Amino acid sequence: MVDRSLIGMEGDSVEFEVEKGAIRRFAQAIGDPNPVYTDEAAARRAGYSGLVAPPTFATTFNDTAYSLRARLPLDFKRILHGEMAFEYHQPIVAGMKLRCRAKLADAYEKPGKSGSMEFYVIEIAGHETVSGTLVFASRSTVIMRG
Amino acid sequence: MSLTPGHAFPVHTQGPIERIQLVRYAGASGDFNPIHVDETFAKAAGYPTVFAQGMLTMGILGRALVGWAGDQGRIRSFSTRFSSIVWPGEVLTCKGRVSAVQGGVAKCDLQVLNSKGEVVAKGSAEIAMDTAP
Repeated sequence: MVDRSLIGMEGDSVEFEVEKGAIRRFAQAIGDPNPVYTDEAAARRAGYSGLVAPPTFATTFNDTAYSLRARLPLDFKRILHGEMAFEYHQPIVAGMKLRCRAKLADAYEKPGKSGSMEFYVIEIAGHETVSGTLVFASRSTVIMRG
Repeated sequence: MSLTPGHAFPVHTQGPIERIQLVRYAGASGDFNPIHVDETFAKAAGYPTVFAQGMLTMGILGRALVGWAGDQGRIRSFSTRFSSIVWPGEVLTCKGRVSAVQGGVAKCDLQVLNSKGEVVAKGSAEIAMDTAP
């Protein structure tokens, strides 16, 4: 049974600095040759102040979610990533400092083929550290099969 | 830019997904779930072998989406639902289509298919047509 009293539980508040090298390595890992991720001159020509991060780069700010997940009753042999959603409020560019915090937004269960499946919905908000402006929000659904 | 409902974007094909790419993605993303990189762990969990991170599939779809939007600053939202496992060796095909246009924003339906033509992920995105940062 899913313990719904866990809803609202938060992860650690973690500050990230968006690093050029991290953007380059991420673009290489997903096989994306777009020069705005690797070449600062190309990024500036595209209107950004520096290297810009690919749309799914915010997944690298997951330490806050891992700290939350460690407090949830998850068995890593049985979990799958069910869904992921991002909302973008500002482009994420190199040099930015972001404060990120995860929260368990929902927890529920549904019958599945091999027993009950548990769903844990983790939301993360990323705010620019200095200005406090919301930069991105994400919503990730982790499924634990029965 | 101007997009109209029903517009189909050019198909993006990428792959095959290589095992070393799963390791590289684990390092770059910070997701060290062993099920994607440790064959022994994956087998103990009941899988025939390691498989791709859902977020790697979404990253590849994101590459296609940025190409379709012309500039990622136009992308307002991007979501994906993972429906099937992506195994090493598979070639992924990303498709996108404008489903609706409202208030200068194009809503798009997205799909990723595996080598057999099965849907492995479905998604949606909102692209702002007029304003880029």
